[in-house]
Amino acid sequence: MVKGLKIQHKIYLGLMFLFLYAPIFVLVLYSFNTSEAMGRWTGFTLKWYRELFRSDVIKNAFYYTIICAIISTIVSTVFGTVAAIGIYYHKKRVQDYVLNVNYLPVINPDIVTAVSLMLLYISVGIQRGFTTMVLAHIMFSTPYVILSVLPRLQAMDPHLIDAAQDLGATQLQAVRKVIIPEIMPGIIAGMLIAFTMSIDDFVISYFNTSGGVTNLSIEIFNMAKRRIRPTVNALATLMVAVIVMFVFIINRIGSKKKMEYRLKEDEK
Amino acid sequence: MKRFFLVIFTVVAVFFITACSNKNQGGNDSGKQVLNVFNWGEYIGFDPVTINGVTYDNVIDAFEKIYNVKVNYETFDSNEAMYTKLIAGDARYDVIIPSDYMIERLIKQDRLNKIDFSLIPNYSLISQDIVNKLDEEYPDIEMNDYVVPYFYGTVGIVYDKTKVTKTVDSWSILWDEDYKKKIFMYDSQRDSLMVALKLLGYSMNTHDLDELQQAKEKLIEQKPLVYAYVGDSVDQQMIDGEAYLAVVYSGDAAYIMYNNPNMSFAIPKEGTNFWIDSMVIPKTSQNVELAHKFINFMISPEIARANTEYVMYTTPVEQVFNEVIEEDWANNYAYNPTIIDVFGGNIQTEVFRDPGDFIKEYDKIWSEVLSPERNYIVPIVIGGVVIIGLVAYLVLKKRKNRVY
Amino acid sequence: MNRTIKALLYPYVVWIAMMIVVPFFLIFFYSITQSRPDSPAIFRFTLQHYREFFKTENINILSKSVILAVETTILCLVLGYPAAWIISKTNVNIQNMILLLFILPMWINMLLRTYAWQVILSRTGLLYTDTAVVIGMVYNFIPFMVLPIYTAITKIDKSLIEAANDLGASSKEAFLKVVFPLSMPGVITGIVMVFLPAVSAFAIPRLLGGGQYVLIGNLIEKQFYLLNNWNFGSAVSVILMILILISMRFMRKSGEISGRGGAILW
Repeated sequence: MVKGLKIQHKIYLGLMFLFLYAPIFVLVLYSFNTSEAMGRWTGFTLKWYRELFRSDVIKNAFYYTIICAIISTIVSTVFGTVAAIGIYYHKKRVQDYVLNVNYLPVINPDIVTAVSLMLLYISVGIQRGFTTMVLAHIMFSTPYVILSVLPRLQAMDPHLIDAAQDLGATQLQAVRKVIIPEIMPGIIAGMLIAFTMSIDDFVISYFNTSGGVTNLSIEIFNMAKRRIRPTVNALATLMVAVIVMFVFIINRIGSKKKMEYRLKEDEK
Repeated sequence: MKRFFLVIFTVVAVFFITACSNKNQGGNDSGKQVLNVFNWGEYIGFDPVTINGVTYDNVIDAFEKIYNVKVNYETFDSNEAMYTKLIAGDARYDVIIPSDYMIERLIKQDRLNKIDFSLIPNYSLISQDIVNKLDEEYPDIEMNDYVVPYFYGTVGIVYDKTKVTKTVDSWSILWDEDYKKKIFMYDSQRDSLMVALKLLGYSMNTHDLDELQQAKEKLIEQKPLVYAYVGDSVDQQMIDGEAYLAVVYSGDAAYIMYNNPNMSFAIPKEGTNFWIDSMVIPKTSQNVELAHKFINFMISPEIARANTEYVMYTTPVEQVFNEVIEEDWANNYAYNPTIIDVFGGNIQTEVFRDPGDFIKEYDKIWSEVLSPERNYIVPIVIGGVVIIGLVAYLVLKKRKNRVY
Repeated sequence: MNRTIKALLYPYVVWIAMMIVVPFFLIFFYSITQSRPDSPAIFRFTLQHYREFFKTENINILSKSVILAVETTILCLVLGYPAAWIISKTNVNIQNMILLLFILPMWINMLLRTYAWQVILSRTGLLYTDTAVVIGMVYNFIPFMVLPIYTAITKIDKSLIEAANDLGASSKEAFLKVVFPLSMPGVITGIVMVFLPAVSAFAIPRLLGGGQYVLIGNLIEKQFYLLNNWNFGSAVSVILMILILISMRFMRKSGEISGRGGAILW
């Protein structure tokens, strides 16, 4: 799959992925284990999958996790990209102020962000629930989008936009047609980070939701005080399976497009 | 350009519509009554349960279907996290299941409704031993007016019979050099202080600074022997046989022994902590009547059995307790405190009392036990020099590059 | 002249004022008053929480956290930079795929993955040591290093490298003098994005370090959970924020000196 790389580079990437996927492999393996404890293989079973499909708590949490992650990722990616472009064209001093504030959610331990948001919601009198959880997620993931889009903007040729305008584009056209494609890798990276942050958050979600709205992290953290059931391993395994399928499909579509593109090029 | 804004607009609109439609979620499900339950994680039966010939997915499912209501089930991982969330103005839980000392605090702060026992016919099934214990241990508050016990147990030592050859009957085994780095302690000030205080023969609720000082020294002395102070449960590691000795709650010990037959459980002769987690109804409850129904349901024999068999904590419903002991865990000491004579008085047990602000003293002592003993001034200076050097190097490098 | 583009920032300014600045002031307010969360109506001004922080044990806690975070950041950089660089050299249409593969493990719950690490590390005898903590943190934060560096490298004009080669630079020299300096914005973003969460992490150190010591994240966490001392907890987090902002200011300064015309950092 990885062509045109030196062998030592392939090995390096391979080791890196081994490091990244070793724990995932352990999780998947023990989702088929008869014992309730990880680390001790006692035999093959599918009972945890059956238990998973019965468990309303986990299904409910999974639903909220995914919906919340999707909404907050979309909003924070758009919001963060727009803001990053805005920041880039401001004076140094304005940039400093905005970015310093922007760092606060990144610096703050989750518990502080969580409690401060909870205080805000309570003092304003908003009933905590799904909305408040989504707002909180947007709040802490947007700074990451900005942080990953900005370097890309800074590395951009500053005259690009002037050139576009000279050619008769309005400013916003220039943004859409010139800047956005230029910084796309940064946006995608930011989007991935935002989704990851959202799907993995526990403390902030915990304090900013109620009324039966939970997410997977909350359920797993609270489970851990007693014991983690292999049911969540089973869920993780299913997620991995879906993700692998998803990646495979994207890969297929990607290479197909590439082929079509190449063919067209050839025709020319 | 219009399209660009259209996209943003759509996203925002979708977001708000979704958000608003979810806002009312607390109160409907086609007009059904809603019950908000706040419980520990993994503290209720999740296996299928059969009642009157009908099989339900789990305990909550059974309650929802039998009473035709909707249960919003939320979990917490510590009494304190529960408290932090509960006292925030907008929390509306109908049934909460905290531990004894937290209930004491909630009663003292007037946050709980009294239970209307006429609505809980199953209350008569609760073991009188437990009710008496609560009366005895909390003479100053009428604890029994507010609670219906849910699970109870002790704290003891779970140990690997094949590795620990000495008799385990005292907390002092946790100070034994032979088991160096094979001991699990709790990363919890009160549980760990309890062990040291009991070993020294003091009350675990002591406010005597001198006694606490001695306990602290004991714990510092023990520190090199401890494999880890764990924040979460040690079930996995002990089932895995990773350490020889661990301080655990009796319910966890029952679970560990069930999964690893090499493990055994002992309650040290110096005495230990006895705890009772109970169901209570906070003042902010919006549906007190349904809350009573739920509590009554939870201690009905079938359900209590489903709960105790799944969680493996000891149930206070006497009939179920006897059944379970006979059929499943005749020899599981951890599950059965009567074998170790907790009620007979052979082992002195104590319950935690709410320390109020004194918790800060406990915490100070525990922090001193855990505080990193090394002095960090030297590494900081070295680190600073390295960083400054690195920056300087980069700057110089840059200057040189400019020549190109 | 770029007024329309500049205006793109304003919605975000309103948003951060609402969702970040106001909550920050709530925390700041707590840090300079004495109150109890159960009876929040009574406030008394005090600076004792700040005084309380400057005790040796708290300074030790802070230092230990910083040291662990620095170790994590350095390792992430050392391991992550080559990875980002190699990814940038792969075939363009699979780059996104590889990046995605870097992020994917993080979609599985952090606690679950850390438990899996417990299983792995206990086999190697490393569990409950500093090494275990650093491995766990590197594992968790390395994508935050790889992504921005990759983003910065891919933006480098290929012709610059070719030009360097034409001028007789070896590929090593071309890397050191062209690629690496130009990828600095990504490196610095990566450092920030790894160091900041690492310094206040508490779940991983607790699970993999065996709770042998308290870190700054734990210190703050327990003030809110366990001790109901929101005031001191707020004070510690305000101090942490100030320290970090100051050190970033320095980094930014040094970035300006070494970068071309301040474009390297914001």
